[in-house]
Amino acid sequence: MDLTRTEVALRRRGAAARFGLLAVPVAFFGVFFAYPVAAIVARGLKADGAWHLGRIGEVLAQSDVRHVLWFTTWQALVSTALTLLVALPGAYVFARLDFPGKHVLRAVVTVPFVLPTVVVGTAFLALVGRGGLLDELWGVRLDTTVWAILLAHVFFNYAVVVRTVGGLWAQLDPRQEEAARMLGASPLKAWRQVTLPALAPAVAAAALMVFLFTFTSFGVVQILGGPTFSTLEVEIYRQTSEIFDLSTAAVLTLVQFVAVGAVLALHAWTVRRRETALRLVDAAGTARRPRGAGQGALLGGVLATVVVLLLLPPAVLVQRSLAAPGFGYYRALTSDDGGVFLVPPIEAVGNSLSYAVAATAIAVVIGSLAAVALTRRDAGRFVRGFDALLMLPLGVSAVTVGFGFLIALDEPPLDLRSSWILVPLAQALVGVPFVVRTMLPVLRAVDARLREAASVLGASPWRVWREVDLPMVRRALLIAAGFAFAVSLGEFGATVFIARPDNPTLPVAVARLLGRPGDLNYGQAMALSTILMVVCAVALLVLERLRTDRTGEF
Amino acid sequence: MNIRRLTAVAVGLGMVGTLAACGSSDGSQGAGDSKTVTLVSHDSWAASKDVIAAFEKQSGYKVRVLKDGDAGQAVNKAILTKDNPQGDVFFGVDNTLLSRALDNGLFQPYEAKGSERIKAAYRVDQEQHRVTPIDTGDICVNYDKKYFADHKLEPPRSFDDLVKPQYKNLLVTENASASSPGLGFLLGTAAKYGDDGWAGYWKRLKANGVKVVDGWEQAYNEEFSGSAGGKKAKGDRPLVVSYASSPPAEVVFADPKPATAPTGVAEGTCFRQVEYAGLLSNAKNAKGGKALLDFLVSERFQQDMPLNMFVYPVTEGAQVPPEFVKYGPQAKDPETMDPAKIADHRDQWVKSWTSLVLK
Repeated sequence: MDLTRTEVALRRRGAAARFGLLAVPVAFFGVFFAYPVAAIVARGLKADGAWHLGRIGEVLAQSDVRHVLWFTTWQALVSTALTLLVALPGAYVFARLDFPGKHVLRAVVTVPFVLPTVVVGTAFLALVGRGGLLDELWGVRLDTTVWAILLAHVFFNYAVVVRTVGGLWAQLDPRQEEAARMLGASPLKAWRQVTLPALAPAVAAAALMVFLFTFTSFGVVQILGGPTFSTLEVEIYRQTSEIFDLSTAAVLTLVQFVAVGAVLALHAWTVRRRETALRLVDAAGTARRPRGAGQGALLGGVLATVVVLLLLPPAVLVQRSLAAPGFGYYRALTSDDGGVFLVPPIEAVGNSLSYAVAATAIAVVIGSLAAVALTRRDAGRFVRGFDALLMLPLGVSAVTVGFGFLIALDEPPLDLRSSWILVPLAQALVGVPFVVRTMLPVLRAVDARLREAASVLGASPWRVWREVDLPMVRRALLIAAGFAFAVSLGEFGATVFIARPDNPTLPVAVARLLGRPGDLNYGQAMALSTILMVVCAVALLVLERLRTDRTGEF
Repeated sequence: MNIRRLTAVAVGLGMVGTLAACGSSDGSQGAGDSKTVTLVSHDSWAASKDVIAAFEKQSGYKVRVLKDGDAGQAVNKAILTKDNPQGDVFFGVDNTLLSRALDNGLFQPYEAKGSERIKAAYRVDQEQHRVTPIDTGDICVNYDKKYFADHKLEPPRSFDDLVKPQYKNLLVTENASASSPGLGFLLGTAAKYGDDGWAGYWKRLKANGVKVVDGWEQAYNEEFSGSAGGKKAKGDRPLVVSYASSPPAEVVFADPKPATAPTGVAEGTCFRQVEYAGLLSNAKNAKGGKALLDFLVSERFQQDMPLNMFVYPVTEGAQVPPEFVKYGPQAKDPETMDPAKIADHRDQWVKSWTSLVLK
């Protein structure tokens, strides 16, 4: 009797705690995301105090706009299909085969995901553009075709599939498939009937994430697409920043918002389905040395793909950064004679690192609070909805966020416009979803009975978290922090609008250097890009050492 | 227990709060402080340290510079934030976008001291003095000297030359809706061939294989065979729309410096760009802003500009560095256009140009 009453009290307290925990992320997203985005949309659709919603119909009726919508959708579909096609064999190889250097390689394939798009665009032009490697070898040039965009999208998103699908694949018990084979199923049939159904939700979730990232693609399309190809996100940027047609930009922002919301809702649904009980085993025990010609060929094929598609573009960058004798471009970074900045470009490294540290701290605090609040499976619809909402910053135009910050956060008590914190705040918006996605599966895997037992024994919720959850999620927390850090380092779209010019970040500095004429500026841009790439790679290699088997989707 | 839970939440909130507080105390030194004057500009802004230091010493103001993206982007952002501007003076709106800034009330009137030395050709808005001309430059087709020597071909000299068969597939230009040299080149053709003729010219240019890319960086550093960046990228277009000052930049930024510029300018393809600065409408430090505008037209600053921003001074008597005279003289007879005419036609021209050339 007594116990039941305690349980009821605990439940109630749990619900209240969850709400308390959610209040912080809700407030954060309300103030630093919803409000700025709403402000910039209102700026475009509101005139003389009245809303002009008729603009929505007018804009959508334009053939140019419909063309953009069509291109955005089909290139995202094709990019997603292509990424799955190229990366699923990779997911298998990383999950089931054991080979020397595997851990390093798994970190390496993740590096592209956090590279700034301006760097990737330039590297791809050097690879598939005129005079690029493909041109030299076979006379193939893709720089004016949609292929360059698609390839760059595969480059960026390969890791999403390998990590999301491969992560689960490694934990599927191979004995189930073996049992099916013993019962007479062909290898293909056994795979189709045993492994595929278990993997399907992970494949769907990965595909939806890739679709989301390619649907909202900005830098890649802007650099490689030239003036003829334009996604919604690029068009929002053009309409706001170049043509200054704010009402068209606002309508497009709303359209993107709805589309991204739909994708995220679908994603949340597949994630929930994935959490249905699978028999998972320790990933360390499922990988084997490749056996037979088939597996050997597969491994070879995947390694070749990784080398050509993922390593070559960065290699071109490094090679260009070293083109001056005696590390000339690197040495030039320490001087401010070029006049591009008020400070030596190398200071951008320090700026980027300190911004990223602050952004990581914010993202980890906000993201962990949200993840803890979202942990319980019996969480209500509101909470689940919030889970999806937390992902929205990944899909909403960085331009919109950047401009929104400027026009919304300019009055006391929130006059942050000239404050350095603006940059980490914007970067944290992109970091939080990674923290939540990394933490949530781990937290959910903690046996709820442990917590209940601790509570019943009189521990406070804080103490339960500290003594039960924290030891189990410490690694996940570090990994989440690492991802938030890497993503913050590479963030460009919003940062470029709000970074203080005397404190440029690495991607902003690269873009500025690329925008100036002359050999030295160009070389310095390549050198800075290389430094950025190395910092991201090191961060990820450290993470890879920390990686456990149940640490999330990214 | 409730209290402990609240503490946990408060620690989380407090962290953000503290960070925000650090931020605003850090930021306030620039915003409202009458000892600091803030200049908002585009990414190409640059000035010598000692010249800025001299102004700071003489005026008592500390200069803070906000470089805000490319030129068009910086203007648009300044307009968006004009109620509570990021600074006191905006520098870098050019004649192609001037009307957008003036129509949106970006600037307040101020006639800079020393502005009587500004050459008459560059002055605009003489009734209200909302903007002050600061520098000028020419948007011109640049050519790769080596290509034309190797092919024993005369480089083009005029707009008319560019549509001739011997220059087929050689020119790369920028998207007029996205890039300021791209827009300048379009306006140059509109000035040359008139309201009725420019579209026909572009049809011929398109038939002659002009390539359009989005921005200047890509055109100049990737596609153009004559620039240092373009050579690295194995650019194969020996003609590019850039600036008359690009050849000296190729020399100044090269290491080691070549004896002569590797590129030249097609003199008859130039459009003159003038850049203006103005006191922002809601400037917090209007007094400092005025002092800064006076400084921007002073001889010291005007003579410092060329090697920093690769532009020409607008005041009488300002010296141009020898590199400019040697490697990139200003065009003798560039196309020009009245800003009012640009204001009336710009958006329509860009729209027609887009469907004509890009679609």
